[in-house]
Parts: sequence; structure tokens; C-alpha cells
Amino acid sequence: MRGFIVLLQKEFLQIRRNPFLPKLIIAFPIMIMLIMPLIMTMDVRNVNVAVVDLDRSTTSRRIVSHIEASEYLSLVGTTSEYSVAMEGLEQGDIDVIVQIPDDFERDMAVASPQKISIIANAVNATKGSMGTQYIVQTIARSLMEIRGERSPNEQSELITVQNRFNPTLNYRHYMIPALMIILFILICGFLPALSIVGEKESGTIEQINVTPVSRLTFTLAKLIPYWIIGMFVLTVAMIVARLVYGLTPVGSIGVIYFGAMLFILTISGLSLTIANFSETMQQTMFVMFFFVMIFMLMSGLLTPIDSMPDWAQKFTIILPPRYFIEILRSVYLKGTTLAELWSNFAALGVFAFVFNILAAITYKKQA
Amino acid sequence: MSDIVISVQELTKCFGDFAAVDHISFDVRRGEIFGFLGANGAGKTTAMRMLCGLSYPTSGSGTVAGFDITKEGEQIKRHIGYMSQRFSLYNDLTVWENINLFAGIYGLSKADTESRATELLERLNFTSERNTLVGSLPLGWKQKLSFAIATIHRPEVVFLDEPTGGVDPITRRQFWEMIYEAADGGTTIFVTTHYMDEAEYCSRVSIMVDGKVCALDTPARLKQQFAAESMDEVFRTLARGAQRGE
Repeated sequence: MRGFIVLLQKEFLQIRRNPFLPKLIIAFPIMIMLIMPLIMTMDVRNVNVAVVDLDRSTTSRRIVSHIEASEYLSLVGTTSEYSVAMEGLEQGDIDVIVQIPDDFERDMAVASPQKISIIANAVNATKGSMGTQYIVQTIARSLMEIRGERSPNEQSELITVQNRFNPTLNYRHYMIPALMIILFILICGFLPALSIVGEKESGTIEQINVTPVSRLTFTLAKLIPYWIIGMFVLTVAMIVARLVYGLTPVGSIGVIYFGAMLFILTISGLSLTIANFSETMQQTMFVMFFFVMIFMLMSGLLTPIDSMPDWAQKFTIILPPRYFIEILRSVYLKGTTLAELWSNFAALGVFAFVFNILAAITYKKQA
Repeated sequence: MSDIVISVQELTKCFGDFAAVDHISFDVRRGEIFGFLGANGAGKTTAMRMLCGLSYPTSGSGTVAGFDITKEGEQIKRHIGYMSQRFSLYNDLTVWENINLFAGIYGLSKADTESRATELLERLNFTSERNTLVGSLPLGWKQKLSFAIATIHRPEVVFLDEPTGGVDPITRRQFWEMIYEAADGGTTIFVTTHYMDEAEYCSRVSIMVDGKVCALDTPARLKQQFAAESMDEVFRTLARGAQRGE
């Protein structure tokens, strides 16, 4: 037991004396949480629209003014020549062209009119499709208004949309839990591995290997400091989310901490296992990066798992962050309880156990 | 307690086709200072690592402090001290923190650690450096500290891998005084060195060439056997026959 305590003391002393680590542990979460939510946004804004108005009626002007008023669309100009607008689209100044056909207003009153056409530059697929959607909605709203004015008795609102749990569709509220997980992966994933490989490079691990210290004791002593650091990082991140973005968990904070404890153990266990197989810092970094890339891009942190191909969805079953992001998002935004998320906690528990046993087993004192 | 502390029969370590240690056999008696000599690449460190439970032998057998080196590596580690070729204490910890760490790992109680540390620091004239970071000590001091820490738990055998490499003559002298003191206390010393004057201090000396033990006896008898003036001459006579380069 005293062996374990002195090893733990040693780890804390080394972290504290490191000229860089304590600063990193404090500054990194704050910076990531302050800057990244502002940048990592999938909201499409400033869609440049040109209107080719061949109708020149009150209806078409109403549509134009609605486009102008939209906070997502910005009107570049109206023209009566399609070729002018098309040139702008080709040069990249215009994202979407709306063409209102000749006699649109008149035809609308009497018979089925010619259709309004929307031409989008879809090189940036998101911007193209989102821009088109905004325009369709804007035009539909204009036409509905006009129809409503003409025959006030008719029901003009046909659809209502309600976004539950993130009512303003704030992308930041969706991203902040993902950023917290990225912080854990970077801090609790890389640092334990680098600490072990650092000992291999400096030769100190050999002095440890020639003592009777057990592999589990040594592994735990490497693990626990980063576990505590992870809890600290979570606390900092939650405070920033509250103070800067006004995001507080709807559900229990205890559930979040419990999930984080399991997740950090998992990721640190993986990190220690990788370190056991590596001889140098470079090797460790590259192998860690391989896993980190898969974790970040495939676990539903940035893109929804449901829209992945079937085989990829099946693959995510073995990715620990997948379980934790579900926990974090649903507790933060919906207030889901521990009982409802038990399968996610069970999965994380299994991962934490397996990776840490693996870390202890693959640590070879004798080769 | 038997009189033989280290006993090795036909010990071999191969890396692929290369036999780094090739069927060596020898015994080391309790309280001896056993000099383990050989040119660079002769296999000294590899052999020593097998004795310390850091490396598994490819074949052969042996015991250290009564435990089997192939199966009981962890028990061996309780009874030995080891000082590697490369300085391997924590540079970012102080003298006292390093002592406390290893004493704790070897299971010394807090009170024992305190008294043992005070004793060691006094003997090394290190009391004033108690709270100095090890990284800022001169090499000779580091080596003396390494030795002190390798013997903190009063092991039966201490393995020293080129302990005085790069150390000045005065510190080397002091270092050997520490070795003698430990040996007088009954600790067996197993030491590799490239300094032939140090070889003369050993009770017995073995000389390894190309993974094999070519000579093993007291320095006096080895000199007689090879009709040499000094150990240096004995060593050069034997090492000249080596096939392996550096």
C-alpha cells in the first residue's frame, strides 16, 4: 500500500514540476471551450441570393423583400436577365438564383402558374442544400401571406414545427458536449501514454521494473492522476459552458460526473496500453492519433451516427466515445436519468475494465 | 542460508540468430565482490538483466538469492538492488523524494525510510542536498546516490552495471569505498566495469568474450595464469580474440 502511495505522490510531483503540463491543464479546456463553440457551427448564414425577376409584380417584389429580410439570406441584387445572374453564380459571388417567371402573379390568380425556379451552387453541398431550403421556406411564406390576404377565411398555416430540447436550434448546445469529450480524449488520452513512454525514453522505467512493484500498482498510479485531472477539466468546461453560453445540464450533474469517470478511465486505459507497445514518443503519438481520428469522426461527436452507412453504424458499437456523447447530450439537453441510460453506462464500464486490465497485462516488467 | 548467492548454468540469451549470451556458467559466493568484465558488446549487460529478472533467458537455468531466474523474477527483485548503466533515478524529483519513492516501493515503513535516508545522506555527505533536484547534481554524486538507493532495502545482492563510467578518479575511489563497506556488511556485489584498476579490487573476476565466459578466478591467479603484469594485460590478451566488433 505504501508503494502505491509513494508512486502516486511521485506522479503528482512530476506533473506539478513539469514546466508545461499544469499550464496546459488549466488553459487548454478554457481556450477550447471559449473559442471552438463559436467556430464549430453548421448553421448556414450569408447565403448570397440573386433574383431574376421577369414578373415585376407586387407578388415578386414581396418575395424579394422577404428574401432581403431573412437573417440567413443576403440579397445580392435583382435583375431581369438570367445570364447576368448565372455569371455571378459561376464566379462564386452568388450561391442561389431565384427566377420568378413572366406573368407569375397573373397566372397565380387564374390558373396554375409557371413554376419559380431555384438554381443553387452545390459545390459546398451543405450551403447549397440549406440555402435552397431557406429560400423555399421564404417564398412559401410570402405566397401563403398573399393567399391569406386574398381569402382570409382559409387556414393559412398548414404546418407548425417545434424543436424540443434545443428550442432555438442552437448548434453550440449540440457541440459543447462534443467539445468536452474531445478535451478528455486529448488530455486524458495523450498524457498518460506520454508519461509512460517518457519513462521508457529516460530509462527510469527500468529502475521501476527491477523493483518488486506490481504491474497493477504501477498502472493505477499512472492512471489516477489523470483521472483527477479529467474531473478538473470537466468542471472547468462546465463552468465555461454555464458562464459563457448559458448552458446548464437539465439532468443531474452527478450522472455527468459518473459518466466522465468511466469514460476517462477507458480512454486512459487505452492510452496506457498503447504506451506499453511503443518505444518512442513519435510512435505513441501516431498510434494515438489513429484512434483519436476515428473517435472524433465516427462516434457521433460531430456528425450524427444515424446518417452513417449501415456498416459504419455497426462499427460505432466498439467506440467508447459514442456511449459517452449520448450520455452527455441527453443529460445536458433532455435531462435523461441514469436508469434510462443504463446500457450506455454498462458499455463504458466494460470498456474501462477491459482497457485497464489490458494495460496492466501488457505492461511487461520482464522481456 | 547457503553460501552461493548466484548460481548460473548454461545461461543463454539469443536475439534471433545472435547469441548475446552463450552458455555461461558460474557461481558467486555470499559477500563476494564479483567483477564481471568484458569488452563492449560481449554480453555483460544482457547477462546481468537476466539475473535481475528484467529479461527471460532463452535457455539455461540459474538462481539468484535462492530464486529461479526463469520463474521467480518478482521474488528475486525483493532481494536485489540494481544500478543500470544509464542513470535512471527521477531527475525531476529531489534527493529525498527519490529515496522515499524507492524505499516505499521496497516496502520500508515511513519511520524506517526516515532513519535509513538520514543514515545514507550522512554517509554520502549529502544532508545539505536533501531537497536538491537530482537532475542538477553532478554525475559522480548521482552515481553515489543511485548506489545508495540500490542498497536502501539492504538487498542480498547488488548488481552494478558500469557504475563508475564517466566519473572522476576521486569519486570513483569514494564509490569503491562504498562498495567495500556494503560487501563488509554481507551484501554480495556483482559489478561490471571497464576500469582494470577496479578489477584488481574484486574478490573474483570473470572475463566475457563474445558471449562466453573465458576466464574466471581471483585477479592474482588470473595474472599468474596469463603470465601478465596487470589485469589490463590479461584483459587485452583475452579480448583480442573477440570476433564481434563494438
